[in-house]
Amino acid sequence: MTTATLENTSAGTADAATRSFTVTFLIRRFDPDVDTEPRWQDFDVEMYATDRVLDALHKIKWEQDGSLTFRRSCAHGICGSDAMRINGRNRLACKTLIKDLDISKPIYVEAIKGLPLEKDLVVDMEPFFASYREVQPFLQSTSAPAPGKERVQSVAERARFDDTTKCILCAACTSSCPVFWTDGQYFGPAAIVNAHRFIFDSRDDEAKVRLDILNDKEGVWRCRTTFNCTDACPRGIEVTKAIAEVKQAILRGKP
Amino acid sequence: MTVIDSPRTPARPARRSGVNLEKWGWVYMRASGVLLVVLIFGHLFVNLMVGEGVHAIDFGFVGGKWADPFWQWWDVLMLWLALIHGTNGMRTLVNDYTNPGMVQKVLKGALLVSAVVLLVLGTLVVFTFEPCPAGAPADLLPSFCPAA
Repeated sequence: MTTATLENTSAGTADAATRSFTVTFLIRRFDPDVDTEPRWQDFDVEMYATDRVLDALHKIKWEQDGSLTFRRSCAHGICGSDAMRINGRNRLACKTLIKDLDISKPIYVEAIKGLPLEKDLVVDMEPFFASYREVQPFLQSTSAPAPGKERVQSVAERARFDDTTKCILCAACTSSCPVFWTDGQYFGPAAIVNAHRFIFDSRDDEAKVRLDILNDKEGVWRCRTTFNCTDACPRGIEVTKAIAEVKQAILRGKP
Repeated sequence: MTVIDSPRTPARPARRSGVNLEKWGWVYMRASGVLLVVLIFGHLFVNLMVGEGVHAIDFGFVGGKWADPFWQWWDVLMLWLALIHGTNGMRTLVNDYTNPGMVQKVLKGALLVSAVVLLVLGTLVVFTFEPCPAGAPADLLPSFCPAA
């Protein structure tokens, strides 16, 4: 993480940080009332290197075309609302800085793939959440903790599933998966990541149920380990590794 | 009136117990892959590098190899492992690129038929190969046969 500090503020760097430049955005628009097919529309936006793609979308919506439609809530990479395909890669618009993109060419922004397109950058997330619900992503324990006590878990037991607790359900992984694109029947990386989070939780007693659910024709065996999901995850979760661990747990019959 | 499912109703019925072909298919791909690395590189080494190398390969070379049960089993094992490995890979491609329906059924059926035909034919050839069949016209036999 690089943060601007006072010592760095020499004349040269201050110039670079405060100079604005025109960036061209090509946005894939779709208005179901008017369009039969999505169309690309370009916008020129005045941007700083420290701005994010989300800021550009805001500028377009607020200053140029109020009909531009996209989801965003927290704008800080936590709520998982603004996953979109930026220059062909699934990213959160609020975590993608202009300085990290090649602005000598237009920046392509489109909705994530594999889910029904509703309008502009908004897709129907219901199939995605349906898969999520199917893996029973909640703690199920058959035993109660001792009265007045909490469910004890060692640091090592907690670390076992730490990576998959980071998921924000933005769908960047699932909608980057070529197997999910084919017919949308595959559970998808996100559902498997959230199953992983409870399968390997020492306090949970229903790992076997989730392993049975994922040991399905449309379950983990459809994963081709293309690593698109790992590359897409804005939280840096090692998604493909998590899927592989679930595969091995199914082969073992226990977590 | 819409009836709302109870909170823990599964969206699709849980898989019935029994043998899961998808799982064993996945295991087969890994296991056969490891074995094929050994078998194929062994095959290439013996055919292309040992002795005279690639210049030694002719009808007699293959006939000689298939006179030895070791190489018969080596080649048959390679045939079965590789062909099923490849056919299963093609099946997953069909699953990925077609929607469930008639086309998918036809394609998978064609894959199954071609794999079975090739396996039966290949196995038959390797085990029954006879470079010098008795009673064949002498001008059709290779030079190393006693009748030629």
